[in-house]
Amino acid sequence: MSKKALFSKKDKLLLTDPLDDNNPVTVQVLGICSALAITVQLKPAIVMAISVLFVLSVANVIVSLMRNLIPSRIRIIVQLVVIATLVILVDEVLKAFVYDVSKELSVFVGLIITNCIIMGRLEAFAMANSPWESFLDGLGNSFGYGWILVAVAFFRELLGSGTLYGIPVLEKLGVYDHGYENNGMMILPPMALVTVGIIIWIQRKKNKKLIESN
Amino acid sequence: MNLNKNSYIISFASIMVIVVAALLALTSIKLTPYQDRNIELEKKQNILQSIGFTKILRDSSELPYSKYIIEEIVLDIDGNVLDGAAFDIDLGVELKKDSADQKLPLYVSLLDDGSKCYIIPLRGKGLWGPIWGYIALKEDINTVFGAIFAHKTETPGLGAEINQPFFQEPFKGKKIYNEENEFVSITVKKGGAPKGSMHSVDAISGGTITSDGVTEMIYDRVRWYLPYLNKNKPAINKPVINDTVVNDTIININLISKVDE
Repeated sequence: MSKKALFSKKDKLLLTDPLDDNNPVTVQVLGICSALAITVQLKPAIVMAISVLFVLSVANVIVSLMRNLIPSRIRIIVQLVVIATLVILVDEVLKAFVYDVSKELSVFVGLIITNCIIMGRLEAFAMANSPWESFLDGLGNSFGYGWILVAVAFFRELLGSGTLYGIPVLEKLGVYDHGYENNGMMILPPMALVTVGIIIWIQRKKNKKLIESN
Repeated sequence: MNLNKNSYIISFASIMVIVVAALLALTSIKLTPYQDRNIELEKKQNILQSIGFTKILRDSSELPYSKYIIEEIVLDIDGNVLDGAAFDIDLGVELKKDSADQKLPLYVSLLDDGSKCYIIPLRGKGLWGPIWGYIALKEDINTVFGAIFAHKTETPGLGAEINQPFFQEPFKGKKIYNEENEFVSITVKKGGAPKGSMHSVDAISGGTITSDGVTEMIYDRVRWYLPYLNKNKPAINKPVINDTVVNDTIININLISKVDE
């Protein structure tokens, strides 16, 4: 198989579309719950993004491989079983071999299973497309989800705690000496919603395709 | 093939469940020894951290543990020493029993300067799930040598910060008895500890319920060890324990914060 066949124009769109035009968080407004819960700091947000990346792309491939065998009446249950199994497997392996990462993930493992983006992609895409396309779709959507998560966490950690990835950057820059104070509001959940709202605002300002005509 | 025939759906579901169950059971069986080993080493690491060895890595906690922890004791609530291995006691299980039936593990360490430390394992409730930790008391059974806390599912950036040094450091040097030799424990105070307070530390903004959980956990666990610890206290400075006072403070936890203020 030539490289061109592997990566057609359509395939590229699968990867890039969810980053902006069809972003799962800011356009489809899915997966908001986890975007609010774990964006106080950068580190858990990144770990969450990577975990979703793994679970979503593998689950997409598995469901896509089985798509002609799954009875449509129980397809949602089958999808859920695939996701839950993957998450448990990942959790067990992490606990055994990279214990520190598994502690970091603790709360989020459950959140991955209930992340609407994963079920949404399995149901809307993997059930009707080939494994390779589903894999790319999984990657694209996790990146679309991940970059929003990281962006929100970046601003919340920087403005709320004055740190980035645990490093006290503002203290090192010496801004506290000029009377600057951390904004405690940023670490509370409502500010995640406001931050996501601002991102949506900027995105719609720049991307005219997203504005509904009426 | 008709995918919507009942017989097909039932056999598909059955095969899926069997395959998934077998896969998960197999993984669990194969990986349990590794996971248990990690948990054991982490426990040793935590105990060492409470007596100041904060830089020790989990994988290398075995050796220093056997060097510095000289005794592992099991106690009942009257301060009598029982038989059994303290390290294997699961506080999560013990806490579900009546307090009279609980077994209390206690670790004694001998530091490089020849002084002893008593390390009391803690376990309590946070906002979402269990929190735990270890508090090390100096030989005088009053001054805190160090404390470490951990949690399972507290909110990242808020309650979860109890496992950070900035929260644990202020416990050092605090005292669990007040001037009148009453047990007052250590309070994690919302809005900040009063300056110079010997019995309270700053709480975490946005993590009030977890912070209160820490207060309650320290009070609730340490008090059961006092009968034994006071028996073993060096003769000088032995506090005169007035039974009625101790009972009063135990009944009314509010009284403690008042005394503290």
